[in-house]
Amino acid sequence: MKDMTDIRIPRAINWNRLEDDKDLEVWNRLTVNFWLPEKVPLSNDIPSWATLKDFEKTLTIRVFTGLTLLDTIQNTVGAPSLMPDAVTPHEEAVLTNVAFMEAVHARSYSSIFSTLCSTKEVDEAFRWSEENPHLQAKARAILETYAPGNDPLKRKIASVFLESFLFYSGFYLPMYWSSRAKLTNTADLIRLIIRDEAVHGYYIGYKFQRGMEKLPEAEQQALKDYAYSLLFELYEIENQYTEELYDEIGLTEDVKTFLHYNANKALQNLGFEALFPSEVSEVNPAILAALSPDSENHDFFSGSGSSYVIGKAVATEDEDWDF
Amino acid sequence: MGAEVRPPSVPENVPEIIFYSSASGNTVRFVERLGLGAKRIPISPKEAMPAATRSFVLICPTYADGEGRGAVPKQVIRFLNDVANRAHLVGVIGTGNRNFGTLFASSGDVIARKCNVPLLYKFELAGFDRDLTRVRAGLEKLGMEPCSTAT
Repeated sequence: MKDMTDIRIPRAINWNRLEDDKDLEVWNRLTVNFWLPEKVPLSNDIPSWATLKDFEKTLTIRVFTGLTLLDTIQNTVGAPSLMPDAVTPHEEAVLTNVAFMEAVHARSYSSIFSTLCSTKEVDEAFRWSEENPHLQAKARAILETYAPGNDPLKRKIASVFLESFLFYSGFYLPMYWSSRAKLTNTADLIRLIIRDEAVHGYYIGYKFQRGMEKLPEAEQQALKDYAYSLLFELYEIENQYTEELYDEIGLTEDVKTFLHYNANKALQNLGFEALFPSEVSEVNPAILAALSPDSENHDFFSGSGSSYVIGKAVATEDEDWDF
Repeated sequence: MGAEVRPPSVPENVPEIIFYSSASGNTVRFVERLGLGAKRIPISPKEAMPAATRSFVLICPTYADGEGRGAVPKQVIRFLNDVANRAHLVGVIGTGNRNFGTLFASSGDVIARKCNVPLLYKFELAGFDRDLTRVRAGLEKLGMEPCSTAT
């Protein structure tokens, strides 16, 4: 007879008894936002793809293989590594959704490739991604913190940096093409990924904050120091990766500003202060507009005060309103 | 942060701030850095709701799904369902994340339309320095132009 003492049988999950309301809130958000790449008419981008110069095509495919690698890591290692650290059964269930959506994201890039590119181009780009030292370095830096036995809160820090910072050297490019009215369907697909990553970074950052607040002051400070030093390490790699990719097209400085902006947001997801000052993190308005169309300018204050702005109609009736 | 007392340095005519912040705490961190004093709408429906007694600006984060549903937190809706609170509302600031595309900070759009007040500003997460400066200056300007929001 086998020794069964090491087997831990989980308690059946009861979603009607929550220990943390955020678990259900995020579960609902993620499940409602579920999507598949087939939803996006990528083939409409074929004429637009044909207008790109050869080096622009190579850049785009390389950027997408880099993103595929990060999604693969988060799907197969990152999100699963957070599951044993979950403090509620519902958190663990949410993380299974996170893991699966990362698989959808990774799969989406291959949909873009099969629609727009030749097999040879794609194979070459995947080979490039396996040999690129900067891409490999950032993957390694993240995977080191994900390794079994490491501090669960450090894992969450690395996970938030992946979700809310490391993707953005790549996300920049489809937003740039979109701002030039190119590859707009591809940009629509990337926006779905960007939306998911925001929820992932927010949720994992939130769980990090709940875990950190239980620690004594000195340990909190040590974790904060760790977070900033890991960010600096990743930032150095990202700078080199960005230069290698974007120097030829002349966008390196613009991408770096976008990195600063997203690094600040990643830190805020962890409950920390922004690091980069406004002067170096004010993103090109065309990129902001590509990120959130129609919502780039909401500053009633800076106007004369006479431009009376009423919020635009959004499909948001809620039965709880009494008026 | 239950700060209902206005710091002495804040001019009396500057509208007060009433805000909601969930357990992730981005909005409360922004309000603390703003340093103008504020009333918080509680996360739990069991806690007492603050009452608006003078002109105020509402700062509200966004929780919309991909279709825009559920943008405004239930507790904020409850607060605004009280006509006495709505009577003092002079404008709304929506917060969120540009990653949500056209629905970025859409709670601000919803409240502005629902309550017929201006959408004053939008910012992301806990806001950046630039947002603090703009909101601070904007609120003081509102205090100097008490009729600018009349319909």
